[in-house]
Amino acid sequence: MRRKVIFSGTALPYALLAPQLAITVVFFFWPAAEAVWYSFLRQDAFGISTQFVGLENFEDLFADPLYLQVVRNTLVFSLAVTALAMAVALLLAVLADRHIRGRETYRTLLIWPYAVAPAVAAVLYIFLFHPNIGLLGRALNGMGIAWDYRLNGDQAMLVVVLAAAWKQVSYNFLFFLAGLQSIPKSVLEAAAIDGARPVRRFWTVVFPLLSPTTFFLLVINLTYAFFDTFGIIDALTKGGPANATQTLIYRAYIDGRVNLDLGSSSAQSVALMVAVMALTLVQFRFIERKVHY
Amino acid sequence: MLRRSLLAGSAAVLAAPFIAPSVKAQGRTEIQFWYGLGGALGERVAEQVQRFNDSQSRFRVNATVRGSYVEVMTGAIAAWRAGTPPHIAQVFEVGTATMMAAGPAIRPVYELLGEAGIELDPRRYLPGVRGYYSDTQGRLISMPHNSSSAVMWLNLDAFERAGLSTTELPRTWAQVRAAAARLKERGGLEMAVTTAWPTWVMYEQMSSIHDVGLATRANGFEGLDAEMNLGHPFFAKQTSMLLEMQRAGEFTYGGRDGGGGAAFPAGRAAISFNSSAGRAAIEREARFRWASVVLPFHDDVIASPRNGVIGGASLWTLTARNRTAEEYRGVAEFFRFISDVEQDKWWHQVTGYVPLTLAAYEASRAEGYYERNPGADAAITQLSRAEPTPNSQGFRLGGFVEIRNIIQEELERGFQGQQDAATLLANANRRSNVVLRNFERANRRT
Repeated sequence: MRRKVIFSGTALPYALLAPQLAITVVFFFWPAAEAVWYSFLRQDAFGISTQFVGLENFEDLFADPLYLQVVRNTLVFSLAVTALAMAVALLLAVLADRHIRGRETYRTLLIWPYAVAPAVAAVLYIFLFHPNIGLLGRALNGMGIAWDYRLNGDQAMLVVVLAAAWKQVSYNFLFFLAGLQSIPKSVLEAAAIDGARPVRRFWTVVFPLLSPTTFFLLVINLTYAFFDTFGIIDALTKGGPANATQTLIYRAYIDGRVNLDLGSSSAQSVALMVAVMALTLVQFRFIERKVHY
Repeated sequence: MLRRSLLAGSAAVLAAPFIAPSVKAQGRTEIQFWYGLGGALGERVAEQVQRFNDSQSRFRVNATVRGSYVEVMTGAIAAWRAGTPPHIAQVFEVGTATMMAAGPAIRPVYELLGEAGIELDPRRYLPGVRGYYSDTQGRLISMPHNSSSAVMWLNLDAFERAGLSTTELPRTWAQVRAAAARLKERGGLEMAVTTAWPTWVMYEQMSSIHDVGLATRANGFEGLDAEMNLGHPFFAKQTSMLLEMQRAGEFTYGGRDGGGGAAFPAGRAAISFNSSAGRAAIEREARFRWASVVLPFHDDVIASPRNGVIGGASLWTLTARNRTAEEYRGVAEFFRFISDVEQDKWWHQVTGYVPLTLAAYEASRAEGYYERNPGADAAITQLSRAEPTPNSQGFRLGGFVEIRNIIQEELERGFQGQQDAATLLANANRRSNVVLRNFERANRRT
């Protein structure tokens, strides 16, 4: 009986929540449900004839050796981008945290790449690495190294990893810098008095205390490498040569939007969604245990 | 992150752009026209539309660039699914089969013109252009718009440096190879031979010229059950030659699609294969003497080469529930306008695309255009030098965009040294057939 009395009081909170819930449903759940539904269909481009094919789209996908290659590419790419972007950012943050002249300018400049659009970043890398017009590309060829990322798959992977990591360094740098500044000076001073040298102080005191930041960035960077690097790959290599830089998200785009095969593209999106949910679960279950807050 | 993965999957479903339904502006019926040509070519399209709008006061064509060819096509399809398609969409030639299979979504040109009471004899159009966009009864389904063919571009300064004749130019692949060997040693340029559009030039054009089907069932014209024919010895010969030339340093792979096209105007390649529509750019940029000639052929395969196929795009009329007869009438009038001889002649001469009509070709010749611009008729000669056979009338293969990319990918593996010509072709054949079967299943009407 008491509950019914409270009911009029809950209407208002629900009403206030409604806009946010509506946005979530319309922009998150509805498209998600749509993708799941499409993954069971085979349809022509215009949607004129539709067949329900059950799990066939998924069976075709996992029977395709090229899809497995794409999975490998995605793992290599994501791990490389994450490792590189985080390592470089940490190094730069440690350096920028010291008392040096022009520290503010130095920090501001390091944040710039984050403001560069992915496609523009890719064009910058073309001007650096293109075998005919790129500064470094020409220099490498001039030194007798056969450099041509348009034909060499490993070189293509290297270029997209560099471009993708470069763009993410700024973001990581900001968080690492903030993390470093929140480490109490007294802890470092105590370690110094105990005779710990800078390198030892870093690995035994600073790095463990940074672990919440590092963990957060690990999640963010993997997500970035999985989903936000589309523009860089599209502008630099279009997934080539011979699928060497095709990642899961890029292939879902190609199959859905260029090849107009919505069924397969939706199946790939669903597979990707499941993979990312699993990955996030693993991260929070196992890696977070090692994080000291 | 959930959102992103899903958006990519259902991109085409969700990417229905908001366009205003056609309204009568100042008493005129508005016709929406989406196209995919940027730069100088895009400006020429806008000019032509402007002239149409100025020529009468009943209709106004509203032309907008919608990105690349792929983007125009996927955008138009998504808009159709959402019920707000443009009246006219420019679709590239590889999308032809997909559009033709979309029965209720399109209004065939012969029907459109018939309803509007406009007589337009299909025989006015160049055979190679007409065939590509007609049904099996020879009726026009889409409106020819910008058609090109692939030609061979030669840097005559490099030829001279290499001690090669600049008047007796290579006609066969054997002669191209001999020239390439000399050009590599003494041409003084970075590359002897390169190509843009590897699949289009080296497989589609070559199969047509040598009268070898790229696929069975008359390259798909006779039905959705066509299968790829890359196992034919001709393709093994063609592919082995490319791989050998690359290994010998005579051929340089310039990347997918149009990627290899920039080297020639920049003076870095002695011989290049590219669309005849590249003429405007080469005229503007090239700082050397050059020539454009018809594509070479294997003289041990065929004595007199057949016609080549076109590239480029055509205009499709899309249907919508609330579309009025007056709107279709406006589309028909626009199609009549661009097929007009004077308009067509202008289009051909300012863009480098081949003329749509034979009359515009005759008119250009009569006024001495080809004498002033030698080589500008190479593409036309190549398209019309022989009556098309079932193997050379064009391609109507479902998922052709994907098939083109598959061939490019397998070719790249070949150039990387990962596989030989036979494996390359077997892989491309197998993967392309999967695409054809999927298309057949998705488009089977019951």
